[in-house]
Amino acid sequence: MSKPKVAFYWCASCGGCEETVVDLAEDILGVVEKVDIVLWPVAMDFKYKDVEAMADGSITATLLNGAIRSSEQEEMAVLLRRKSQYLIAYGSCAHLGGIPALANQFEREEILRFNYEDAPSVINEAKTRPQLVTEIDGHRPHLPELRHVVRSLDQVVDVDFYIPGCPPTPNLTKAAFNALLSGQLPPKGSVLAPDTALCDECPRKATKPVDVAFSEFKRPHQKLLEPEQCFLAQGVVCMGPATRSGCAAQCTCGNMPCTGCFGPTSRVRDQGAKILSSLCANIGAKTEAEINTVLQGIPDPVGTFYRYGMAKSLLRRRVDLTTT
Amino acid sequence: MDNVAQQLFNAGNLRANAAYAASKRNITIDPITRLEGHGKIDIYLDDKGDVERAYLQVPELRGFEVFCRGRPAEDMPQITSRICGVCPTAHHMASTKALDALYQIEPTSPGRKIRELVYHTFMLEDHALHVFILGGPDFIVGPEAPPAERNILGVIGKVGIEAGKKVIATRRRLRELIAYFGGKVVHPVLGLPGGVSKPLSAADLPKFRELAKDGVEFAQWTLDVFRTIVLKNPDYVKMITSDAYTHRTCYMGMVDEQNQVNFYDGRLRVVDCDGREVCEFTAAEYRDYIAEHVEPWSYMKFTYLKQRGWNGFVEGPETSIYSVAPLARLNAADGMATPLAQAAYEEFFKVLGGKPVHHTLANHWARVIEMIYAAERIEQLVNDPEITSPEVRRIPTAVPKVGIGVVEAPRGTLFHHYETDERGVIKMANMIVATGNNAGRIAMSVERAAKGMIKGGHVTEGLLNKVEMAFRAYDPCLGCATHTLPGHLPLNVGIYDRDHRLIRQLVQE
Repeated sequence: MSKPKVAFYWCASCGGCEETVVDLAEDILGVVEKVDIVLWPVAMDFKYKDVEAMADGSITATLLNGAIRSSEQEEMAVLLRRKSQYLIAYGSCAHLGGIPALANQFEREEILRFNYEDAPSVINEAKTRPQLVTEIDGHRPHLPELRHVVRSLDQVVDVDFYIPGCPPTPNLTKAAFNALLSGQLPPKGSVLAPDTALCDECPRKATKPVDVAFSEFKRPHQKLLEPEQCFLAQGVVCMGPATRSGCAAQCTCGNMPCTGCFGPTSRVRDQGAKILSSLCANIGAKTEAEINTVLQGIPDPVGTFYRYGMAKSLLRRRVDLTTT
Repeated sequence: MDNVAQQLFNAGNLRANAAYAASKRNITIDPITRLEGHGKIDIYLDDKGDVERAYLQVPELRGFEVFCRGRPAEDMPQITSRICGVCPTAHHMASTKALDALYQIEPTSPGRKIRELVYHTFMLEDHALHVFILGGPDFIVGPEAPPAERNILGVIGKVGIEAGKKVIATRRRLRELIAYFGGKVVHPVLGLPGGVSKPLSAADLPKFRELAKDGVEFAQWTLDVFRTIVLKNPDYVKMITSDAYTHRTCYMGMVDEQNQVNFYDGRLRVVDCDGREVCEFTAAEYRDYIAEHVEPWSYMKFTYLKQRGWNGFVEGPETSIYSVAPLARLNAADGMATPLAQAAYEEFFKVLGGKPVHHTLANHWARVIEMIYAAERIEQLVNDPEITSPEVRRIPTAVPKVGIGVVEAPRGTLFHHYETDERGVIKMANMIVATGNNAGRIAMSVERAAKGMIKGGHVTEGLLNKVEMAFRAYDPCLGCATHTLPGHLPLNVGIYDRDHRLIRQLVQE
């Protein structure tokens, strides 16, 4: 019997997910032994037409990382969807849009204008911009177009499973492989990580306040952070209560609050709304002045509550931008 | 890794490489217009079928600078690390240093030492990744070896399985040190203005001292491997010093007060193609000395020496193009701050005929010398009595305004520049990344390789390998360069005839 075929691919990403896959190489040898890797740009040559030539559904599982920003990425996602029995969104960007989706608060033109004209180190009196086609000495080098917004993978194609994290951890990746190989898969659409809040696995859980009335929030640089006390008990915003567990609380073990890269649990539609409701329920402030004091501690609510989840949030983008 | 695991690993690698080799034999592919968001090269031929012009293009942009606006400055070390998952620690540290400047605060002495410990550990493991897995196989296994062997497996075949295990295990232990302080190794969280989030517990020190000792031995062993395999082979030395891989440009690198190489802090020093100092400046003065040029055919910008003006893709005395990364750092400095690295530095310039060295491929050797320096620095730091002090942070009190930070990333000088309102919320962010600093010279290397490999319309089959080797020496990171792509360099080469028809397309992922 032939081995299951597995593919890895990347779209708009930083390479950190790939580093994680490389990092677990020693660890998942037992798994790698049981599959054929048919596509992995880091390790193997590959052409679009080779994938196109495969029978539809012939790849058992494709793990795709990165958000979708360009039409090429969109085409590749569609192609891999067709060729794969299971398409797995790997990492925060494919899962939720990730940090690149913070760009959905800005127009494409603002990005181009700053990069090529307004940045303090740019000298460009002619206001040259990268062009889709350039006419130069009779040559016509061409570039692809950037889309208006960043999308998560499931905003482009149907996704079977999600592996969360920026980046995901080796353990979760290994567990996902085992589930795939044993056929013991959860229902379609599941996130392959525990369905509890991060607080559940945080070593600071015992000090999480049950009854708290915030009168202000401290930003992490404004306060010496206690190494064992719950960040919320210290008056520091922590995304833990609105974030799925499974990372072994790496950031809080580094003595910094959770920023939410695993996204919400299955019971939560919107991660930012969840943390907002959780924080607001515990705010002691009553007057407008008191409330303003509280708000001063969160100068960027969108970036704090939707750091990795803008594309998949109810907000999704600045309202005057298109959805593609 | 135990033996069974090793065999499985090898078998898996062999299969992957066999598939790779099989597909490589067929490099002529139908013209396709797809780019898949990768590096791309368009080569134009003249009437005689010789290369008229080659364009290295980067086809994407994520726009970090703009979407950082409105974010609290203290979030920058974590947000900007996502520019690159291969060198997140470099962005994290440049950003953290920019926060120090922004809040006009010096980290506590132990805080600074922990930053340096983490940073040098990162430099060592990242350089090791390049030497053994990404770029080094070209040399250790051999540039003429079949591509199927030019990888970590081939390296293991050449240096022995025990040695291969040593490479993998040492890298893992180094990455564990980064995760100890940073929470995570990919996208660490330790950096704050005025210090770091977490001290080193005295109980954990012995294992890091052990690692430091092994690290120095590992780096020296790496140099021995390089000497034995590369330097003792006259063909390799001939190739390193050949014209095809030589460019007379300027060089930039960070130096300490003795003009010795420093990765974490110091002044930027630039030397010209004859090795004479052109300028020296602090991070805060970067805009007076360097500038970015825009070409319409790439999303990547090209950095150059501002006072010389943009003179195009030229080399020699009039060039305003400078190079960064290991070779440039060694050229721009007067020496190394640690004894073993200094000895290796002297040997380097003696063998290659004095300063500056213009051979791109010498970057591989320079990288190994920097591994020794990083390892020696790690050993100094873990034996520093202050390293386990709990005083790792100072709380900033000044009103923030402007902060510019710089580090030497593995791939070269990296600047982060932020301007904020009085609350410390970003109004303007600007980053100049290592590969942007190298972009001009890399573009020249591509054209040189193309010209050498295409004559009279005949495209030599080895074109991609040679172009790739010229690239790999820089260890370029287009992810950083455009703040978009992953840290490797897939290529898509299009060749156009004199009528500008696409006659051939080669793809290398």
